[in-house]
Amino acid sequence: MEISFEESLTELEGIADKLELGQLSLDESLLLFEKGIKLVRECNMKLKNARQNVEKLILENGDIKSEPFDAQE
Amino acid sequence: MDFEKKGIYTVHEFTLAVKSTLTTGQFNDVWIRGEISNFTNHSSGHRYFTIKDKNSQLSCIMFKWHGNNLRFEPEQGMKVLVLGDIDVYEQRGVYQLKVREMRLDGVGELYKAYEQLKNKLAMEGLFSPDHKKPLPGFPTKIGVATSPTGAVLHDILTVLKRRYPVNILFIPTLVQGESAAQSIVNSIEALNRTDVDVIILGRGGGSIEDLWAFNEEIVAQAIFKSRIPIISAVGHETDYTICDFVADVRAPTPSAAAEIAVPQRQELANQISRLRDRLIDSEKRCLSDLQSRISELESGVDPRLLLERLTQYMQYIDELAQMQTSGFGRLLEVKQALLDAHAGKLNAISPLGTLSRGYSITLKLPQKTPVRSIADIEISDEISIIVNDGKIKCVVNDKEE
Repeated sequence: MEISFEESLTELEGIADKLELGQLSLDESLLLFEKGIKLVRECNMKLKNARQNVEKLILENGDIKSEPFDAQE
Repeated sequence: MDFEKKGIYTVHEFTLAVKSTLTTGQFNDVWIRGEISNFTNHSSGHRYFTIKDKNSQLSCIMFKWHGNNLRFEPEQGMKVLVLGDIDVYEQRGVYQLKVREMRLDGVGELYKAYEQLKNKLAMEGLFSPDHKKPLPGFPTKIGVATSPTGAVLHDILTVLKRRYPVNILFIPTLVQGESAAQSIVNSIEALNRTDVDVIILGRGGGSIEDLWAFNEEIVAQAIFKSRIPIISAVGHETDYTICDFVADVRAPTPSAAAEIAVPQRQELANQISRLRDRLIDSEKRCLSDLQSRISELESGVDPRLLLERLTQYMQYIDELAQMQTSGFGRLLEVKQALLDAHAGKLNAISPLGTLSRGYSITLKLPQKTPVRSIADIEISDEISIIVNDGKIKCVVNDKEE
């Protein structure tokens, strides 16, 4: 399952903290850096691609169903 | 006699006749305004009371099945409107109103009921901070329960779209009128069966009567029971409804609710770009630290540098040597001068000085003791006379005092 924006952001913050603290080997720091930059790209992508999608919930005989809703009426 | 012509009723027959007259007439389905007194909530679930005004009073009964729909608990002194049908209680021969519905009469009474319910629910712990559910930081789907008409939905959608577009599940909900409370309850329950992660319950501003549905206990209980956190956005900033107290978060307006529900996209973008800068800076620093360590190590093994260091050391040693030599010479000079000075002084008091001035010293042999007195010497003693440039050995021939 795709990780959420929130999880990505939390992970990214963790990586930034760790890198700032230093005390890493070159390999470790490069790996973390690479992962961090990948998360930055993913987060930005998620933000950029966020779209508003409105659905209408309908109750019918105790069942619920949804249908697209045009908010621009 | 008249009564023989007319016939004689039993009490029961008469009562039934009265009842029949009353109940088939115009006294059904009437609204009556009055103040409650002698209120009894019987253990059977039926409520017995009187409504009165300045001049008259009317017995009332509200059966359990009608009372279930009551939206407040009647109290002594409350001004109410009751809807009911006239009836005669045969055993006691009294007429009474069978109340089917009761409403609070006037805004003042609404406020009283509001306070009453607020106190009751507060006592029951419905407003307790312990029960407040945290809002998700990044909701992916927001449930919106509000009227399909009116500005509220539009406001919420606009703000959400501007701040952070997400999926929205809108459920058309009655927010005013008789069925509003039930409609709100239905909407909350329906949204709890979906995957929304926060609910906005909204309504525009209005009078206390307009907002009344949001002050009803069934709505409060539905909000309390909701597994999904609810943001209450009812009325204007100054309107407080019971919903606002039960909800997990109260927003002053529907637009504010939308702002509370989602973070701002631009802020997030800024946050991410700050994080990216931190990553890059740290990594740069890490690399440049390593770089400088490497060049430090490298410079330690460079032959040119070794040679340079070597010549520096050599020069230093020369300098040391120089310093040592010059220091030694100077010391000698000082000592020599000191010696000369002391020697001069010594010379001045030495007997040898006396000799150089032409005197002599006589020593008695063989002890070589200086002869200071005539008594120190006998005739035939051998003596040695020391002069400036030599010694004269003599024998004493004679002595005189």
